[in-house]
Amino acid sequence: MEAGVISRGGGSGIPKRSPRARLADPAFRWALTAMALGLVALIVYFFILLIVKAEPTLSHVGVLSFAFSNNWDFGGEIFKAWPLLVGTLVTSALALLIGVPIAIATALFISELCPRRMRIPLTVLVDLTAAVPSVVFGLWGFFFLAPKLQGTAQWIADRLSFIPIIGGGHAAGPSYFVAGLVLAIMILPIVSAISREVIATVPLDHKEAALALGATRWEMIRMAVLPYSRAGIAGASMLGLGRAIGEAIAVSYVIGGNATLIHHIVEQGDSLAATIARSFNEANANQRGALIACGLLLFVLTLVVNFVARYFVARSTRALRAPPAAEPVASGAV
Amino acid sequence: MSARSLTLTSARRRRTDVVARWVLAVATVLALVPLVLVVYYVVNKGASAWNTQFFTKDPTGNSTGFGDEGGLKSAILGTIEIVAIASAIAIPIGIAVALWLTEYHRGGWLGNVVRYFIDVMTGVPAIVFGIFVYLLLVIGQPPASAYAGWKGAIALALLMLPIVARSAEVVLLLVPESLREAALALGAPRWKVIMRIVLPAALPGLLTGSLLAIARAAGETAPLLFTIAVTSGTTFDPGQRMNSLPTQIFNNLNSSSDPGLISRAWGGALVLLAMIFVLNIFARLVSRRSPAIR
Repeated sequence: MEAGVISRGGGSGIPKRSPRARLADPAFRWALTAMALGLVALIVYFFILLIVKAEPTLSHVGVLSFAFSNNWDFGGEIFKAWPLLVGTLVTSALALLIGVPIAIATALFISELCPRRMRIPLTVLVDLTAAVPSVVFGLWGFFFLAPKLQGTAQWIADRLSFIPIIGGGHAAGPSYFVAGLVLAIMILPIVSAISREVIATVPLDHKEAALALGATRWEMIRMAVLPYSRAGIAGASMLGLGRAIGEAIAVSYVIGGNATLIHHIVEQGDSLAATIARSFNEANANQRGALIACGLLLFVLTLVVNFVARYFVARSTRALRAPPAAEPVASGAV
Repeated sequence: MSARSLTLTSARRRRTDVVARWVLAVATVLALVPLVLVVYYVVNKGASAWNTQFFTKDPTGNSTGFGDEGGLKSAILGTIEIVAIASAIAIPIGIAVALWLTEYHRGGWLGNVVRYFIDVMTGVPAIVFGIFVYLLLVIGQPPASAYAGWKGAIALALLMLPIVARSAEVVLLLVPESLREAALALGAPRWKVIMRIVLPAALPGLLTGSLLAIARAAGETAPLLFTIAVTSGTTFDPGQRMNSLPTQIFNNLNSSSDPGLISRAWGGALVLLAMIFVLNIFARLVSRRSPAIR
């Protein structure tokens, strides 16, 4: 029988960690910090590398002339990318015009109108559309959508021939119009998913107040839901725009590959990303330089669009954060 | 009785309401039409291309008219291997960055800078990642090893990273603060709290985010185009050129109008679509049975 008295004096009865064990915490923290900051460094390096490699082309052609002069002759090595830039902007604008209203309507229907038990199946189905790979959309657009739409496109073009660019021309299978439509289909689920999240942050009080005052469901949507979530929906659309601008594979199938400045929307054209996807592998050094410069232009364009988008989304979701949604990772499409 | 005395909603307002509801419902149906059409068309065209040769032989490079065109074995295996390598890179780093954000830098300017850069990365077009990895790893290398499977995997990992990090951050923030405090109060060091308490609690959500990122990466063509090049044979060595489903489909369609090759491309599209849908549905099932987050 030992006395077994362990000295309780000396201040701390709590066993101290060994020096080695105490090192584990800072080491863990520094490892995580290294990865987070490494990520930032990588993106900065990425940007610099793109600029350096695009520099020969840009200084040869001139930055402004590269972006805003109209003469793209890939084989003849004349690189003035205005027709491609316009192609990118036209198809993306079309995608927004067609896709965003439907996306918002879908988001409103799913979160405000549809029966509760249909909500999850509908959400899953819309999100599945976002999961279809772009190459499959390209394949489908080229073999199914473009031929099917040729007649309709020609009919519309004839009716609207008094409007420049939008009307007139000879409908080709692949065209700006078909590319815009495919892009609309591709961005719809993304815009819809983010809009749904934004709509979920509308306080229940606002909606109940509107209904209590005798508003119909639609009036409640128009007067309580939409004003509150307007900025967020604008941001969601901008994120969709960013996606549309950068989409290469699907567009390269359905836009035709004719790099002249747009005459009519139903005719063949080209876009920045589609050109890169189509010609990069067979290009010589000069052509590659030009395509890298196109990539840089694309990068800057999406950077600006996303910057504006994040600002809108952040402003509308930060203001009055609702309690966490029931399904935590419903935002997978983002 | 008393309801009678209230003014009824006017007929015009009720009509507007009904019309607006119908418009929204029809738009929702319209939004689902492309999915139905794509799935129908791909299944219709793709299923007929599936035969034993489709899964057991490599593409031969022949057009149908000039002999046997072969199957897509190398493309299917290549996609699985490249995506697996990309996941092994992107998922740990993505979760680590999310942990750094949630456990150490919730507020503060440094955390916001990193968050901002992740957002930037999310917005970068896939094809620009392809160019980046091309510039970083492919150009200037000896021709024999210039294009390689692992380089494609890196490009895909870059694409997955922001998706994993973003979704992981959301999930980790939902782990109740009381769990962390309880563990810390019992004397556990911070790293042990993270590894033993925070991560297990968030596991289903992390899994869902990662699976969705994998599904996204599996379907991407653009980052692979300039990094793994084109090849037909099966290889498991990521230092070699590798084949993948998206690039195989892309090249088949771009290089010829041969009906046999296009039919095979549809078959490949069906395999790809099936893989991605299974991953997606699996991801959602996992998220539904999440214990920590109710």
